Amino acid sequence: MEEIKKATRDSYGEMLLELGKENENIVVLDADLSSATKTALFAKEFPDRFINVGIAEQNMMGIAAGLSTFGKIPFASTFAMFAVGRAYEQVRNSIAYPKLNVKICATHAGITVGEDGATHQMLEDLGLMRGLPNMTVMSTSDDLQTKWAVREIAKINGPAYLRLCRMKTPIIYNEKDVEKFELGKGIQIGKGTDATIIATGDTVAEAIKAKEILKEHGINVRVIDMHTIKPIDKEIILKSAKETKRIITVEDHSIINGLGTAVSEVLSEEYPVKVEKMGIPDVFGRSGKAEELMRYFKIDAMAIVNKFM
Amino acid sequence: MKVTSIEALEKIAKEVRRGIIEEVYNAGSGHPGGALSCADILTVLYFNQMNVDEKKPNDPNRDRLVLSKGHASPALYSVLARKGYFNKELLQTFRKIGSNLQGHPDMNKVPGVDMTTGSLGQGISSAVGMAIASKMDKAGCKVFCILGDGEIEEGQVWEACNIASKYELDNLCVIIDNNNLQIDGEIEKVGGMNNITEKFLSFGFNVLNINGHDISSIIDAVTTAKQTKGKPTAIIAKTIKGKGVSFMENKAEWHGKAPKEDEYKIAMKELED
Repeated sequence: MEEIKKATRDSYGEMLLELGKENENIVVLDADLSSATKTALFAKEFPDRFINVGIAEQNMMGIAAGLSTFGKIPFASTFAMFAVGRAYEQVRNSIAYPKLNVKICATHAGITVGEDGATHQMLEDLGLMRGLPNMTVMSTSDDLQTKWAVREIAKINGPAYLRLCRMKTPIIYNEKDVEKFELGKGIQIGKGTDATIIATGDTVAEAIKAKEILKEHGINVRVIDMHTIKPIDKEIILKSAKETKRIITVEDHSIINGLGTAVSEVLSEEYPVKVEKMGIPDVFGRSGKAEELMRYFKIDAMAIVNKFM
Repeated sequence: MKVTSIEALEKIAKEVRRGIIEEVYNAGSGHPGGALSCADILTVLYFNQMNVDEKKPNDPNRDRLVLSKGHASPALYSVLARKGYFNKELLQTFRKIGSNLQGHPDMNKVPGVDMTTGSLGQGISSAVGMAIASKMDKAGCKVFCILGDGEIEEGQVWEACNIASKYELDNLCVIIDNNNLQIDGEIEKVGGMNNITEKFLSFGFNVLNINGHDISSIIDAVTTAKQTKGKPTAIIAKTIKGKGVSFMENKAEWHGKAPKEDEYKIAMKELED
C-alpha cells in the first residue's frame, strides 16, 4: 500500500464532473456545502445543471425526486448527518418508496469527521439506509473504488446511497483492480485462513495494515472490503466463515445496524459462527482528530491487531 | 377532451363527489372532508386546464399534478376514473388489500398519478423539482400542486417556496385548499397558521384569492397563473371541508372517517344530479 492519501469525497467530486460531461441528464443538488462535498467542481462546469437549495436538506430530497420523474439523474449531496438524519423521511417516502432514480451521495460520514464532534458524526446511516426497501447502499474505501461506485450507481435505475468520508485515506487499488469490481460483490484481499476481517469505507485501509502487522507475527488473515452494504455479498461471507471460522467486522459506524449487523444476519441464518463487531459502541461521538478518534474508538489497525494478541 | 361549459364541469364535480363517498364508504375508512373540499379544483384542472391525455399517462410533455395533501386521494382517484385513466369499478377497491388504489397515492400503481404522496409537506418539493426539470428541458410543462392549509404548517413547504421563487418557477402553480380545518380543529387555533396570503407574497409568489367551489373563478385563476411570468403562483382557494354533503360540511370530525350506511345514503341523495 502506498502512502498517497486522498479523501473519497474528492474522488466523488472528480467523477461527478466526468459523468456530467458524458451524460447531460446528470444534475447535482447541494445544500450549501458544495465546497465540502466537492460538488462545486460540477457546479463550476455545469451551473445550469446544479441546484443549490441552501440549508434545506428535506426540500433537496423532494426536488431530487421531482427531477428524476423527468428522466434526470439527480445526485443529491450534503453531509451524511443531514442527508440521512434530517431528511430521512423524505428519502423514505419521496425517493425509496416510489423507487425514484435519485443518488444520495453523503460525505462526512462516521467518527472521522473529527473535530466537529458528535452533532456532525453520522454513525447510524448505514442502518437507516439499508433498512429501506429499493435502496442500494455503498460505502467505498479509496479513490478509484469511489470513482467506480459513482459510475455504477448512475447505471442503476433506482435509488442509491453512497457513503463517503472527510478524512484522507490511503490509495488501495489500481486501474487493473477496478476492472474486477462488481456491485454487490465484496473484494477479498489475501488468502489467510486464521481469521476474516470484514471492513468497509475508511476502515478497509486499517484492516489491510493490521493484516500486514499480523503476518509478521505469523498470523494470516484475509480482509474483505465490503463496498456494497446492500445487497450484501452473502457468498463471500459464508465462504470466509467456513474457511476461517472467525469473523471480525470493523466499521466507522455504530455497531448497531451497520456492517457488523448485516454480516451477522447472514451468518446467524446460514452458518452461525462468532462475529466480533468492532465499531462505535452504543454511544455518540466526540471531538478530536480523525486518527485519534479511530484509536479512541478502537477501529484502527492497532485495535484490530490487539484482537489477536 | 376539454370541457368548457361551467354547467358540465359542475356536473362532473358532483359525479366526482359521489365517487369520493362511494370509495370511502366501501373502504370503511379514508378522508372524505378534505377530498370533497378540493373536488372542484381537481375537476377544473383535469377537465378544463391541464394538458393531459388519459390515453398517454406517461407522455413526457404532459402537465403534472402533485397532490401534496395525499390523503385527498379519493378525490384524485375519482377524477382520474371519471377522466378515463382507469375503470370506474376500481373505485370500489379503494384501500382494500390487493388494490392499486392505496390509501395515499402511489405513482407506480395508478395511471395518472404523477407523484407518490401522503406524508405532508413533501409533495411541493417534488413539484418544484418537476418545474425545474421542465425549465431545464424547455419542455413547457405546467406543474400544479395541491396543498392543504393545515399541511402548510410543515416547514418543508416554505423551504420549497423559497426555491420556487429563487428559480422563478412561473410554470409552477400551487393551490391551497383553504378549508380552515385540520384534524384537531381550526387551523388558526391548532397550528397558528394565519395570514396565508401575506406569507406567500413574502415568499415571492403571485397570490390569487378565490372561492374554491366556484368553477369559473378557478378557471380564471389557473388561467392567470399560466400567464404569469417570472414568479410562481399561489392560488388560495377558500373552501368548505366536506363540501356537498350537509352533515360533513365544516366539521373537522369528517377529516378521516367513513360514513355509516344511513349517512352514506343521505350523502348520495344530496349529491344526486
